[in-house]
Amino acid sequence: MALTTAPGATRRPGRPAPPPRQLAARRAGLGRKVRDNLTGHTFLIGAVACFAVFSWYPMVRGVVMSFQRTRRGETTWVGWDNYVRIIADPSFWTAWKNTFVFTGLALVLGYAVPFFVAILLNELRHAKGYLRVLVYLPVMLPPASALFLFKFYAYDPSEAGLFNAVLTALGLPTSEWMQSPTMTMPAMVLASTWMNMGGAVLIYLAALQTIPGELYEAAEIDGAGVWRRIVHVTIPQTRLILALLAMLQIVATMQVFTEPLILANGAGTQDSATSVAYLIYQHGFFQNDLNGAAALGVIMLVVLAGFSAVYVRLTARQD
Amino acid sequence: MAADLTTRTLISPAQLRRGRGRILYWAVLVVVVAAFTLVFLGPLYWMVTGALKSGQEIAQTPPSLFPRDPQPQNYVDAWTNLALAKLLFNTFYYAMGAVLFQLVFDTAAAYALSKLRPVLGGLILGMMLATLMIPAMVLIVPQYVTVLDLPIVHVNLLDSPFAIWLPLVANAFNIFLLKRFFDSIPEDLMSAAVMDGASPLRTLWSIVLPMSRPILGVVAIFAVTAVWKDFLWPKLVMPSPETRTVSVGIYTFAGGTPMNVVIAASVIAAIPTVVLFLIFQRNIMSGLTTGGLKG
Repeated sequence: MALTTAPGATRRPGRPAPPPRQLAARRAGLGRKVRDNLTGHTFLIGAVACFAVFSWYPMVRGVVMSFQRTRRGETTWVGWDNYVRIIADPSFWTAWKNTFVFTGLALVLGYAVPFFVAILLNELRHAKGYLRVLVYLPVMLPPASALFLFKFYAYDPSEAGLFNAVLTALGLPTSEWMQSPTMTMPAMVLASTWMNMGGAVLIYLAALQTIPGELYEAAEIDGAGVWRRIVHVTIPQTRLILALLAMLQIVATMQVFTEPLILANGAGTQDSATSVAYLIYQHGFFQNDLNGAAALGVIMLVVLAGFSAVYVRLTARQD
Repeated sequence: MAADLTTRTLISPAQLRRGRGRILYWAVLVVVVAAFTLVFLGPLYWMVTGALKSGQEIAQTPPSLFPRDPQPQNYVDAWTNLALAKLLFNTFYYAMGAVLFQLVFDTAAAYALSKLRPVLGGLILGMMLATLMIPAMVLIVPQYVTVLDLPIVHVNLLDSPFAIWLPLVANAFNIFLLKRFFDSIPEDLMSAAVMDGASPLRTLWSIVLPMSRPILGVVAIFAVTAVWKDFLWPKLVMPSPETRTVSVGIYTFAGGTPMNVVIAASVIAAIPTVVLFLIFQRNIMSGLTTGGLKG
């Protein structure tokens, strides 16, 4: 692999011995030490400034904004008013319900499928490169391009649509896809999974290749069939990666935005597509309610932090 | 990733080579290759050929597998009506700038954190990595407000490429990836240079960077794809028709443009990243898995 060309590149980050610069600095006294530190910070300044202005400061500012209201250029503290207003809005609950449905469906489809696809690909001895390229190809498409493909061609509600044509050919009933409130979510999850599963498949494949073959051999000698080998060897051996990707996927899918915006023109049929992220966008950039949008953002952060806490507890216990 | 016949996986190689196992293996292989081609390449074929069909042909049932009367005019219309040349140039310009800014600032920062290790370096690294936990959507509003009026200097970055370049420098994943790579460069290599009186900048330039070409390539490719794929942020900070990115431009025109022309534009917009992927697929895939595995 290209990445491991530097000697020892695969070594886990440890705490290496202090570099010679620091050793030298210790000998040469205070002046040298100050100068070395200055050099170090000069190298850091560009990135630190960008983090400060575009990451750390907005984080604080988002929380502050959520407790303020700006009207005609005048900003006042309003306490929990923004939160009360946001939560009282019926679309708040619709958006959360939709977001959870999307995340849940995406977890079933977009989480289990890549794992089993990776197990399957790992067994094949031929066409490896071709299959890997194929599965990752959609990840490289601009999401807007891929979503227009789904919107106009695949989810065309008439019988000329790609999916409906396939369903008709198989003798199955057709669907209205994005025009049907019950199909909106599954259709969005399907498009999203197609676009994004490649990354998970490749990460699982790399994890599967680290499983020692003796474990499978021992399990087979003990009479374990293929399914039991998956349950007792493959899954336990990859559980940390499985947990990490579940976590990352939940965080990513809870922020679903482009799919509702392009596939469902935002809210979708009978509000069936409105997501929390879309609501943030609506409040912030259409209803001129940046403060309400900031409050929604803080609520989202708290919910996602809850998921992260569960993840940390689960993985800590397993170790 | 070479096909190694002796590597033991779920199913023993012996079993795959024997009579029934062998037949089953080949059957599964053929089914998998066919299914993957259909699922992942099929929609792309449909997209490219669909954009060649006329309005009537795309609405007919059942749909035709090949365009009966190809209309390259759709692609021409997409190119001229949507001003795709300008949109593609904008996106390319932002992508190149993003590569440059990320390589310069993130490499310098990762080098400092890995090798120079100034006071508070650990804290700074921790604060950078902590941003990985903050979802992008949560920051979108305060970030936007910040871009409208930068703190201290009070500059409005709306419609300025810096509104895309600078936030991309704040990429903790890059810092992590680069620092881990620099950590693996042996200290004795560096100390030799220091003995010879090389400055930190010189050590970075003539020892660390030449060894780090693969990882720098990964960072650069990811920067290009990130800019090309991003949608909401450029939509917010590059609102003018002259500064739009290609995805945002297509989205803006989608309402009043014939469906096939929108798809034709989408095909053209996707070509650069697909070509990039086909050229650099090994680097992209290995960068993804090393980052993902140890992350």
